[in-house]
Amino acid sequence: MAEPERNRRLSHWQALVDTRGRFRAYRAVLASRGRSQASHRASFRMDLVGAVLVGTIEFTELWVLYSATDQIGGFTLAQIMLVFGLSDLAFSLADLAAGHCDNLPVYVRAGTLDVFFLRPQPLLAQLMTSDLSLRRIGRCLVGATALTVGLVINDIDWSVGTVGLLLLALVCGFVIFTAQFVTAAGLQFFLVNGAEMTNAFVYGGRYAATQPASVWPRGLLVVFAGVFPVAFAAYLPVSTLLGMPGLAGLPTWLGWCAPVAALWAVVVAGLCWRWGLRHYRGAGG
Amino acid sequence: MNVIETEGLTRVFTGRPDPKNKLRRRRHVAVDRLDLTVEAGESVGYIGANGAGKSTTIKMLVGILVPTSGAVTTVGLHPLKQRRALARRIGVVFGQRSQLWWDLPVRESFSILSAIHSLSAADERSRTAELVDTLEMGGFLGTPVRQLSLGQRMRAEVAAALLHRPELLILDEPTIGLDVLSKQRLREFLVTQRREHGTTLLLTTHDMGDVERLCDRILVVDHGRLAFDGTLDGLGRTVGARRELVVDLATASPDLVDVAGAEHVRSESDGLRQRLAFDPQRTTAARVLAAVSERAEVVDLSITEPDIEDVVREIYRATRR
Repeated sequence: MAEPERNRRLSHWQALVDTRGRFRAYRAVLASRGRSQASHRASFRMDLVGAVLVGTIEFTELWVLYSATDQIGGFTLAQIMLVFGLSDLAFSLADLAAGHCDNLPVYVRAGTLDVFFLRPQPLLAQLMTSDLSLRRIGRCLVGATALTVGLVINDIDWSVGTVGLLLLALVCGFVIFTAQFVTAAGLQFFLVNGAEMTNAFVYGGRYAATQPASVWPRGLLVVFAGVFPVAFAAYLPVSTLLGMPGLAGLPTWLGWCAPVAALWAVVVAGLCWRWGLRHYRGAGG
Repeated sequence: MNVIETEGLTRVFTGRPDPKNKLRRRRHVAVDRLDLTVEAGESVGYIGANGAGKSTTIKMLVGILVPTSGAVTTVGLHPLKQRRALARRIGVVFGQRSQLWWDLPVRESFSILSAIHSLSAADERSRTAELVDTLEMGGFLGTPVRQLSLGQRMRAEVAAALLHRPELLILDEPTIGLDVLSKQRLREFLVTQRREHGTTLLLTTHDMGDVERLCDRILVVDHGRLAFDGTLDGLGRTVGARRELVVDLATASPDLVDVAGAEHVRSESDGLRQRLAFDPQRTTAARVLAAVSERAEVVDLSITEPDIEDVVREIYRATRR
């Protein structure tokens, strides 16, 4: 074996057994993003406050709605608070991790995406770790607060099952919303100025997820419980948690099916991303 | 070993439907049945007009674009199937797009790239030190990339592409927009890099100075096809590029139109300075000069080399005929 070849293989093995391991590249990028944002303290604080304000206003909107009626779709304000908190927290976490997938058209235009091709990591992993918007933590705080209050004021039969269901809903909600961002990114390879269109279901989906799905017309139900299964992020698990009657005559335990919905969302996202990438590389599609 | 090998490499872009005939889409053949072989250690200038297919070829070599037909291997790898392995072995500088993080100091971009290419801590230190030293980047290592001058940024970009010691370095318009001194420095560095590490170079450029100083082989591409493959001298011979003898005479003289083997181009200052073109294949500068001296007293003289841009233009004209 030639000397440089052997050296390369050696260094490759060293890299593999290196305790800092395979995630070293992603960690290096993310850490630098964090440092860069921390260096602009004033703007970071303002972003944080802004995010909290927007979240609070969105909750106030719900509260105003409930001042006119006791129930919407069979949910009281206290109960909807759980739905709002759970979905908002899951969405904000997904936004923190993958929200910058929205920037794909910018990356394409600036040629940053071509640079990703020149690095030995998978493209989607590079895109997702290309940024970390810490200011979105503000939004997570709103969601977490609403969720905590919701858990306190509702009459919940605490058990291992309920805790498990909550955690499951949070994780699956996070996965579902992250998948929505990736789906949108994949579609944006085709739609040159398609951000408006993809925002409609990413952010529309977030809004839908904070509401009781029982009030939706059938069309919306198909979209947000089936194709983009955001109903599984909060509404259905909360229905199960509170023992509410199921959606459209479906069983109450449907909330436990969140992992199936998450898996579906991931498959759709993966296909859209691959399809979009094929199109970008000019392989048809 | 061949570092680059293409066989019948073709890329067709299908655009929007033709406005006149909705059923037909516009087809643009960017790269047309290109057969290329570049051996290890070569330094190749890939030149051609805008839209001739240079960037499309490079994108197929590095795995960004999928060829419509034909085969391509880069450092023995399949650019699409083995993109990630390939990325560890080649370095690419796109003059128009940055590898660096615009809001971070140069030093930090290097350390992130070291992590991306899994360099060991010792390797990272020695390689960075070497590049900082030879590219004279010590003065701006701590400066955020967005504050760098173009010349500084370009040096940092080249260093970023070489951090992982690639066997093949591809440069797409590396000297575009640089001042004379920055160009000169970059070229010197690339020559040294090639000599010391045996790095194969492939560069596209509009700057003929790059080609003259860096490349020992030239590929001219026109309309996606290879119009010329050979040395700089060979390129001159192919299109019959002529040298020009410029003579300053002691007294104003009539145009020297009857010099054997040379053609009078034009006279300046009432014939005090005259330009004569000759084909180095058919006569020599000395013979032309001797003939001129018989007719007038020569005070000073200079010989200009063929302008490569004209040579390339000549090739385009020849292949289109």
